[in-house]
Amino acid sequence: MTTHKSDPRYAGIAIAVENIVKRYGDFEAVSDVSFQVKEGEIFGLLGPNGAGKSTLIRMMTTLIPATSGRAIIAGHDVAKEPDTVRRAIGVIPQALTSDVDLTVEENLSIYAKLYEVPKAQREKNIEELLEAVDLLKWRDAQTKTLSGGMRRRLEIARGLIHNPQIFFLDEPTTGLDPVSRVAVWEMLDKLRGSRELTMLITTHYMDEADHLCDRIAIVDHGKLVALDTPIALKASVPGNSVVEVQFARDAGEWRERLESLEGLTSVEPQSMGSYRLHTENGPQTTASLVELAADKGGVIKSLSVQNTTLDDVFVHYTGRQLRDEQVKAPLFQMPPRPGMST
Amino acid sequence: MTRMMAIVERELRKFFRSPTLMLVSMVMPLVQLVILGNAFGGKIHNARVGVVDYDHGEQAVRVREMFDSVAVNIKTFTAVQCNDERQAREDVRTGKLDAALIIPAQYSRRVLAGDSPKLGLVVDNSDQFMSSSLEAEMQSLADALNNPTVQPKVVQQIVLQIVELYPYVEYMKYLLAGSIALAMYVSVMIGGGMLYIDDKARGVHEGFLVTPITRLELVMGLNLAGAIKAVLSGVSLTVIGSLLAGLGVIFHPVQVLQLALLIVAVSIAFNGMMFLLMVRVEDPLVPRAMFGVLNTLLFFPSGSIYPIAAFPRWLRAIAIVDPFTYAVHGFKAILLKDGGFAAIQADLLFLFAFGIATLLVATPLFKRTL
Repeated sequence: MTTHKSDPRYAGIAIAVENIVKRYGDFEAVSDVSFQVKEGEIFGLLGPNGAGKSTLIRMMTTLIPATSGRAIIAGHDVAKEPDTVRRAIGVIPQALTSDVDLTVEENLSIYAKLYEVPKAQREKNIEELLEAVDLLKWRDAQTKTLSGGMRRRLEIARGLIHNPQIFFLDEPTTGLDPVSRVAVWEMLDKLRGSRELTMLITTHYMDEADHLCDRIAIVDHGKLVALDTPIALKASVPGNSVVEVQFARDAGEWRERLESLEGLTSVEPQSMGSYRLHTENGPQTTASLVELAADKGGVIKSLSVQNTTLDDVFVHYTGRQLRDEQVKAPLFQMPPRPGMST
Repeated sequence: MTRMMAIVERELRKFFRSPTLMLVSMVMPLVQLVILGNAFGGKIHNARVGVVDYDHGEQAVRVREMFDSVAVNIKTFTAVQCNDERQAREDVRTGKLDAALIIPAQYSRRVLAGDSPKLGLVVDNSDQFMSSSLEAEMQSLADALNNPTVQPKVVQQIVLQIVELYPYVEYMKYLLAGSIALAMYVSVMIGGGMLYIDDKARGVHEGFLVTPITRLELVMGLNLAGAIKAVLSGVSLTVIGSLLAGLGVIFHPVQVLQLALLIVAVSIAFNGMMFLLMVRVEDPLVPRAMFGVLNTLLFFPSGSIYPIAAFPRWLRAIAIVDPFTYAVHGFKAILLKDGGFAAIQADLLFLFAFGIATLLVATPLFKRTL
């Protein structure tokens, strides 16, 4: 068995991805990505649909082989020791895949058997996990009677049934309503507190990455474009405040006028006479802006000041809005699962 | 083993919780058994046959008496009096009559003179079944007329004496073997084909593939579960079909054991075949599109509806490699002939070998990754 546990380079490292590449014909879905995730960390892969997040997660979880490069998971090479890796990880795929005809407990029990969890341990784990995901009173309910949020919680319990060291969650809140999303976040927070668990989460929700992750890797077109803590990523964007303004009438003349304001690091025109101004000093820019509008006889329809968000970070590193990417059809579909995002 | 049995448990729990699969797999074969069994198994009754008598002599009266006796007793046809041959022909053409019997002028004289007497029969041969039934009936009527009233002391004609080994087999009973095989095929097609691909498309298999389950455990688990489901469909249709067709074999322990063995062999063969066909399929539309084609390609050449001996050579070649053929042959041997274990030995051998061979080919083709 080839283990990297004793290798000092991997001490305290749960996941090490080294120059990993995945090609489908001429298309490169993942291009030379490298990063490390520390033990106990919640690590986020943030990017739009089609960015290569799911391809990355599938390579790390033994589901698809890498074209080149390697992934070391819990000290084991995914390509050389897939079975050992599978025992060390829990995976929640993007789609809801619990059997709707089976009960909550049956779903958990079957997966526990697939991991060969001994009977006594199995019963204990099921009990503990049902309590942790707040589904104890639904244990005998058929999964089809559960809401989307409850099903997602069941899947999270299913992924933890064998007490894995590392937990991969592929877009765990996609398709959930805002209340269920928050419930899932709280549950993941709770699980992190109660178990020594490393989590890798893919998401295209900025707020989710911001709320949950210790560190975030921004992935775009298969490449890793930034990696740091949410705070450091926000700090890396020039201008620590964003002023959003919308004028009642604008034929393009306001861009030049706004660029003349002091303290601005950038001016981003939006649609319908709206602009995003990145500035070192939000209140001062706001005051100057109001003054400028009064001077030029412009009417301000709306005005807001906010701190830099991960949206701004994404725009800064990729040159476009993440939410714009969401609505476009992905350029490439994963061959094994047509129609699903990657 | 635990992991393989977990797959079996999952499949069977789903199956029993939602018995639609079993019901659906039995509906088509049962409908076919009842409808085809009754539609094809019967004899012609009350066909309208016109009689045109241009002779009116003593021998013509004899013909009409025999004709009326068939009409009254066997009721194959009813007699309709006609005056004109041309009108009778037109009535057969337009469908008012199914056939017309013509007794020509001078018929009685020719009979008495031994001068090649002839009767005419006008039939609508666009309906082969009806025309051949009426022809056969009329031929037997003519044979009866040819028989001398007093038999000679030495009979010089050669007579073929037919010994039928089994009581008359109604078409419904004949069809039952094919219906059981069809029910098992539908069960395997839905349970092992469509649901398997649907699970793949929904990402259920992705969930399995991230666990430490081996390729062999997964393949064996899926196939064992599929075979159990097919066995349950086969047993159910054997019991219901036998009762509907009036066969008592299900009350004879030895035949029940033979049936059980054959059902297991058929399940393994069908399941292996289906798994091999589906092992690399990703699109849920494919098994649905294949359903009808495979049904026609495998069921009809199997001899379940029409004897294989009547097929052209290329169709017989399909029948030779078609597991349906051996399933149907085996079921017929037990249900209709009580042929004992020896009669199904070759079928069992082929079916088990076919099932194992298809699984041996399919297992390495099964992808352990996405």
